[in-house]
Amino acid sequence: MLLIKGARVIDPASRTDAAQDILLDGGRISKVGADASANFKENDTEVFDAKGLIVAPGFIDLHCHLREPGQEMSETIETGTRAASRGGFTAVCCMPNTQPVNDSASVTRGIVERAAAHASVRVWPIGAASVGSKGEALAEIAAMKEAGIVGVSDDGKPVATARLMRQVMDYCRSLDLPVIDHCEDPTLFAGGVMREGAASIRLGLKGIPAQSESICAGRDVELALLTEARLHIAHMSTRGALEYVRFAKKQGLRVTCEVTPHHFTLTDEDVRYDSRFKMNPPLASREDRDALIEGLADGSVDAIATDHAPHHPASKDVEFDRAPFGITGFETALSLGLSELVHKNKISLTRLVELFTTGPARVLGIERKIAAGQAADLTIFSADHAWTFRAAESASRSRNTPFDGRAFRGAPMATIVAGRIVYCRESAARAS
Amino acid sequence: MLQHFEDLLGIETLTREQITFILDQSKPFQEFQRHPLKKLATLRGKTVALAFFEPSTRTRISFATAAARLGADTMNLQAESSSLKKGESLLDTVRTLEAMRPDGIVIRHSSSGAADFVAERLETPVLNAGDGTHEHPTQGLLDALTIRDRLGKLDGLSVTILGDILHSRVARSNIHLLSKFGARITLCGPAMWIPRQLESLAPNVRRVTRVEEALKDADVIIVLRVQTERIHEPALAAEEYILGYQLTRERLRLARKGAPVLHPGPMIRGLEIDPDVADGPQSCVLEQVTNGLAVRMALLYHLVGGAPADAPHPAKERSNAAD
Amino acid sequence: MRVVEKRQILSAEEIDRTLQRVAHEIVEKSGGTKNLALIGVRRRGVPLSQRLARTIFGFSKVDIPVGTLDITLYRDDLSTVASQPVVQSTEISFPVDGRDLVVVDDVLYTGRTIRAAMNGLFDLGRPQRVRLCVLIDRGHRELPIEASFIGQTVQTSDTEIVEVRLREIDNEERVMLVDRVS
Repeated sequence: MLLIKGARVIDPASRTDAAQDILLDGGRISKVGADASANFKENDTEVFDAKGLIVAPGFIDLHCHLREPGQEMSETIETGTRAASRGGFTAVCCMPNTQPVNDSASVTRGIVERAAAHASVRVWPIGAASVGSKGEALAEIAAMKEAGIVGVSDDGKPVATARLMRQVMDYCRSLDLPVIDHCEDPTLFAGGVMREGAASIRLGLKGIPAQSESICAGRDVELALLTEARLHIAHMSTRGALEYVRFAKKQGLRVTCEVTPHHFTLTDEDVRYDSRFKMNPPLASREDRDALIEGLADGSVDAIATDHAPHHPASKDVEFDRAPFGITGFETALSLGLSELVHKNKISLTRLVELFTTGPARVLGIERKIAAGQAADLTIFSADHAWTFRAAESASRSRNTPFDGRAFRGAPMATIVAGRIVYCRESAARAS
Repeated sequence: MLQHFEDLLGIETLTREQITFILDQSKPFQEFQRHPLKKLATLRGKTVALAFFEPSTRTRISFATAAARLGADTMNLQAESSSLKKGESLLDTVRTLEAMRPDGIVIRHSSSGAADFVAERLETPVLNAGDGTHEHPTQGLLDALTIRDRLGKLDGLSVTILGDILHSRVARSNIHLLSKFGARITLCGPAMWIPRQLESLAPNVRRVTRVEEALKDADVIIVLRVQTERIHEPALAAEEYILGYQLTRERLRLARKGAPVLHPGPMIRGLEIDPDVADGPQSCVLEQVTNGLAVRMALLYHLVGGAPADAPHPAKERSNAAD
Repeated sequence: MRVVEKRQILSAEEIDRTLQRVAHEIVEKSGGTKNLALIGVRRRGVPLSQRLARTIFGFSKVDIPVGTLDITLYRDDLSTVASQPVVQSTEISFPVDGRDLVVVDDVLYTGRTIRAAMNGLFDLGRPQRVRLCVLIDRGHRELPIEASFIGQTVQTSDTEIVEVRLREIDNEERVMLVDRVS
């Protein structure tokens, strides 16, 4: 048994923001409240002193890349989930663009089994929408659902055609799975490496207009109108796409979206000849970044997701044009949310917790709350702890992050999955 | 006034004073091109690596000649023959160069930021000979020297740049440089080649799609190459371009009398420029070539010359100077 | 670095008289002004060469061509200096081939400057003859260089410096012997 004592509990589902104790027993939440600490037997209960800390339902990352199978030099399920646990995540959804692509039940089973043996946190795979994510034939989505996928995507690319997307949506609606799209128009993307704008002109780097994303998001929302499917826009980075999501929500469609921490923190003006600033979708214009923050505040955006995309250091240490897209993100996500959104008074702390918990849960069609009987997945964090993130100390195999050396106020302090503490920051290590 | 340079990666970060210094220092080297014997021992014992990852004859020969006339040796790396074609990364090629310990690296590469990439990783001074669509600083400098010699000044000029500005590193370097001297810059070309964001590169930059409007009262005209390589997006048929944008004699008359016409070369006579204009009195292309040599010699002299940073301090030479 | 003045070597008048005498010597020992040209070594050799030419015109009514030579690019110590000295221009508007040249400088010391000057001149062509004229010869040669025309010879030690001030450059006119003070 584990008793979490003296915390400020923020549980959006029950609209709680109060001092409470939580007792965990055998992987489940046993008691919540003032009486949680009554009558426990001292010698078989560990006590975690959470004074000054905040306890939230376990964070969920809807979008990450664990690179296993096939690209283990960049990351493995083991190293990726260890990094995720340090970021306060209790569950992560890994995208199917592995080698081989996760487009079949056997690959899905392989991931699930590997995770069971080696992962620090829960791994919920996303299956490919099309075979090999080639955008031609429908993948064996029902079989993958049996094997454990929680959604479908051809991430790395958009679902190739409107015709295919419509078919995927129809099928997934019947299977009650969300379709997650990486919105991009290939002909507008056309070899670009950063957001088209004054910055791309100055740097002489090929630009990708914002419309590459919004045109595809518009397509997907129209198809959601047609199919009434569950549509989730991955790593949204433009005002244009956000407006389509707002429109869809107004129509009562089950359309959701996520924004990454780097997209609400940096802009295209931050880009330099340094591939740690290269990712897809690229860093947005200032106007789009500000629009995304508004969306995070007013509820149009449902979730924060990291799109943690590790790349082996050697592959990123090349000229900007040739570098692969992607940056890591697990360990800095919460701190960026605190520093850019909460401490700057753009959103409340409760809203931030929603974006990491009930928001993602809603996209997946599950519950996330702190109540007796629920799975004992909890994220314990400090809104004030001062620390500096150093890429060299990351648990990820990869170092491609633009936040190396950044000082933060606020950090994940401990992560509990199925009643076990899978991560505890040194200074919070207090055993009973 | 002495200026100290470690690398020359672009014009954007140079001050007006630094640019003026380089132009002034190019003058003795301009004069030098008229000597019967064009060989100095100033950089004797130094080696300059010429790392040209993009095909280039004129710029490469210009740098090679500049180095040779200063007495330096050159190491030649050309993309066609290098292992870069086989997929070796820029970083690997750079480390190989570094192991050969040149005193200076001149680099031309198709990726914007390639010169910065190399300069960040090596102590050796780096000279950008053109990186992607970012900058071509020595072209900007030699163009400025040519303009200054022709017009006697560089300040407050009305400059028209004609062509595919979006994909031109030469245009960017020109824009950065001339605007530091208060130029009013007019960019002219087909709309797809002059996107709006170009106006944010520097103050006092405007875009115009009609060539007549762009040339009216111009003090200087810079004509860019219309490239046969698949660079323009979209490509335009030659007749389309000629109709809208060729610098003809009639169009040139709209500019100020005697306005110098510059072109980074090589010219396609009959395409972006009328042959009569190309070979006429206002054309500066030959001076540009000589000035290119002078500017590159001045830069190599200042960047590659002198004691290496890690050299032991020499015993004090006898000198009748109270320094 | 600080210097302390030890004594004056030449006053303004004495500089003038010296140059007058040297100008006459040059013409005398050249058997006239035919084919003669003066090359002033930057910086202070330049006004000196111009004054000599004016004096020679004064008594011979012949305009001797005068050129200026910057020796920066010909120095032999460039690879040891931390940052490159600024290059000035060389302006010699007449052909050097077959000319009877007199190189003019303010102070002759180790001889390295003159060696560099000769390198520069030979890059321009093939003079018939090159001789050297200096205002002050302070000894301590490190190369086999000699001056044919000398204003004054001065004994100096290694720590001393001969400072020449000319009105065209320094707004004063005198030659002093100074000592380096650490």
